[in-house]
Amino acid sequence: MHFGIEVLRIQEVIREQQMTRVPCASPIVRGLMNLRGQIVTALDFRRRIGLHERTTQKPLMNVVVRTHSGPVSLLVDEIGDVLQINSDRFEPPPETLRGVPRSLIRGVYKLDQRLLLVLDLEPVLNLSA
Amino acid sequence: MGELDDIVKEFLVESYENLDQLDRDLVAIEDSPNDRELLSSVFRTIHTIKGTCGFLGFPILEHVTHVGESLLSKLRDGELQLDGPIANGLLAMVDAVRTILATIEFNGTEGDDHYESLIATLDQLRTASNAPVAAVAVAANAPNRSGGIEEQILESMEDISSLVEDLKQNPRPSKKLTRRTSAPSRRAQKSGSTKGGPASRPDHVSMPAPESSPNEQTFAGKASASGAAGVTTDSAQEATAIGEFAATRASAQQGLPIAGSVASAAEPQAESGEKSQGLSESTVRLDVSLLDRLMNLVGELVLTRNQILQFSQSSPDSGLADAAQRLNLITTELQEGVLKTRMQPIRNAWSKLPRVVRDLAQSCAKKVTVEMEGADTELDKTILEAIKDPLTHIVRNSVDHGIETPDVRIACGKAAEGTLRLRAFHEGGQVNIEIADDGGGINLDRVRAKGIEQGLITPEQAAAMCDRDVMQLILLPGFSTAAKVTSVSGRGVGMDVVKTNVEKIGGALDISSVAGEGTTLRIRIPLTLAIVPGLIVTCGGDRYCIPQVSLLELVRLDSEGTHGRIETMHSVPVYRLRSQLLPLIYLDEELGLRPRRTDAERREAEIVNIVVLQAENRQFGLVVDRISDTQEIVVKPLGQHLKDLTIFAGSTIMGDGTVSLILDVAGIARQGHVLGTDGGRTMQEATNGKNDTVATKQEYLIVDPGDGSRAAICLSTVARLEEIRPETVERCGNQVVTQYRDKIMPLISLDGGFGGTCTEVGTISVVVYRGDQHDYGFMVGKILDIIDHAICDPDSVLGSQQIMGGQVTRIIDLSRLICA
Repeated sequence: MHFGIEVLRIQEVIREQQMTRVPCASPIVRGLMNLRGQIVTALDFRRRIGLHERTTQKPLMNVVVRTHSGPVSLLVDEIGDVLQINSDRFEPPPETLRGVPRSLIRGVYKLDQRLLLVLDLEPVLNLSA
Repeated sequence: MGELDDIVKEFLVESYENLDQLDRDLVAIEDSPNDRELLSSVFRTIHTIKGTCGFLGFPILEHVTHVGESLLSKLRDGELQLDGPIANGLLAMVDAVRTILATIEFNGTEGDDHYESLIATLDQLRTASNAPVAAVAVAANAPNRSGGIEEQILESMEDISSLVEDLKQNPRPSKKLTRRTSAPSRRAQKSGSTKGGPASRPDHVSMPAPESSPNEQTFAGKASASGAAGVTTDSAQEATAIGEFAATRASAQQGLPIAGSVASAAEPQAESGEKSQGLSESTVRLDVSLLDRLMNLVGELVLTRNQILQFSQSSPDSGLADAAQRLNLITTELQEGVLKTRMQPIRNAWSKLPRVVRDLAQSCAKKVTVEMEGADTELDKTILEAIKDPLTHIVRNSVDHGIETPDVRIACGKAAEGTLRLRAFHEGGQVNIEIADDGGGINLDRVRAKGIEQGLITPEQAAAMCDRDVMQLILLPGFSTAAKVTSVSGRGVGMDVVKTNVEKIGGALDISSVAGEGTTLRIRIPLTLAIVPGLIVTCGGDRYCIPQVSLLELVRLDSEGTHGRIETMHSVPVYRLRSQLLPLIYLDEELGLRPRRTDAERREAEIVNIVVLQAENRQFGLVVDRISDTQEIVVKPLGQHLKDLTIFAGSTIMGDGTVSLILDVAGIARQGHVLGTDGGRTMQEATNGKNDTVATKQEYLIVDPGDGSRAAICLSTVARLEEIRPETVERCGNQVVTQYRDKIMPLISLDGGFGGTCTEVGTISVVVYRGDQHDYGFMVGKILDIIDHAICDPDSVLGSQQIMGGQVTRIIDLSRLICA
């Protein structure tokens, strides 16, 4: 599945780092990592959207996004390109969306071969909802 | 806030400080009403505020402060004596000024309230005369000062005449003003001196001040008001000078010195000028956010220094080692210095308390003085902010509930005035704050009764509770013994909030009280939050930090030590450390890294590392895999996703760059059930000495074993009660058994024998006990009753005799009978 995040919200993209696990925390919290002196919480994006556990052991990528309380990282399988898409291709999330909770998706972009699901970052990062 | 001028902002900051000083001074003056120093100081402060707000264009503020200033001027001159109503009026003025300043801060304007009633009250207080005695005493001083007075009067007269010229040239709204202005100047010129005044106009001497002064005073009011309205600042000040002069004329006619007003009008300018120069040389006003940034940077520096130290230790380069060492020293000093910038004396948190106590004592019709010891003790600014509210609440409690009314106190043989003593001192790396009152103490019986009434404890618990634990009831939410709810207290919301706030900054709260003599509350808080020494431990392959402030000692047990030394009580492991039973928490179990061990596993561990910790006065041992060294760690708060985890207090970056979690000692204690969250029985209490525990309520089955005595069996061990027919009892070898639920169940008679024959006819009562492998049936003569009984330590009373239900009863351990 392909997801899109607004580029301006992303602080950086960095490969998988050494992480310290946090016992007793939600399983979505993979751990804490040291990002140039700042302690950043890393969330497992697969678990967040309720997807099955991955089968390969390829290294994950960190997508570090800015929030008002500091940077938070989302662990994803792969990073793609930065796309500039015309806003007239934007549509609200379809009713038949499966596999991802609708509250996390702001809408979709129709690309040539597939749909790009645009993430709504606030609900994605808010685990208590 | 809008765009406030920098000038206005400065005015607000300074005025707030001045108002705080005013609060303190006014409360102090009440105790010594004739202290001229204090009176002058108060007058000068209000005068300063009034002057500035006139300049900045805040007419309401100016009017309020002016009326207050006039009242203060009379006090300062001795025309009025400070009493309760006047003090209340002045304090009300201070509050009004504060409110107006807050409105200015948030809206940019003064708001709509003109405070007419306050102004009227102050006016009324001012025009009432109540100090003939003071007048006489003060009059005696008059002759000494008249020499300088004449010069001062001449100067003022010159000012007045120049102002008169000024006013004459500029068109004035009312001609009457001009005439009135010249009137006093003519009179002044005629008299030429104070002494001349009364002498030349004997008829005025007998005139009581109140009647003449209103005219002068209203004139003064009008003069300064119109002065402020249209004329330039200079003229306004001179018009005010006229006002003051006119006021002094009125007082002169009473034979009182005018040195007060005129001379000291000149003084404040000179004095405050000098004073401000002295202060501005030695202090710097700083934005707190700047200091916070500095602290953060120093924190980062500490982390990096840790890293460099680690590298230098593993590198053979001696040059690196030297530089790293220097860096170490410099960073430590820098850290200490920056920490000091954020330290403030606790006096800042205490300064508001005298006023709070005064107002509260007045409304409760009690007399209370406040004593402060160790006001210079320094605390981090954030901690200071956090304890301000708890302190206020505790103080209010003491005045409202603790200290008795004067008549009750006298009846008890105490002084009519109660004392509230505040004490602060450093001890053991922590700041201790004590709030002690010499009131009636906490009535433990009332607390017990209220606890039962509010359903927080049962009557049995209450009866067996020790005094110290009864006092802890006060800290529960909703608890209050106040007979009625006042606006001050009684709603029972306070003490638990105090406790939470204190714990939030890593502190602890302790209460002790002696009935009839008083109550003392003690708060202990860490010196600083940001950079703390911590012990590094390893558990489950990861490193964790434990703040050293909670650390008591380290214990290492090898297999000889563990065998038999780790016991189990109510399925909780404990370790006997010297004479104390220490409950143990296994960190890997609490973190969910492995399932709970069995008792056998615990007893037979090869090596056990125990970190003895203290949380809220309770001690416990934390079992970890490995103990490393102590390091200075920079505490970084947990992010939003983790802040609800109570077992972690934060995280830090270690010397090698990895992240480690910092354990929250109280949080772990609570999760491991060493600390109770609701005041109920906790493991710690169960392992303490018998005198010191909350008794547990147990249900006991009371039976007659067959010989008429009474025996008790813990009901939790009983599976069923059965009645069996004697015919079903069979012998098998030397055992007596019966068929029970398709299985063979051995029957045991309660006097211990398997082979005892039962002599009952009819049915036999059997108490079925579920053992490890099968059920056992205990034959009893009769089943009597089931009662609740409070027992401190159920395991220890097995086999002993207790009084239960009013009769001597033997408590039986069924499991022991089986093994026999």
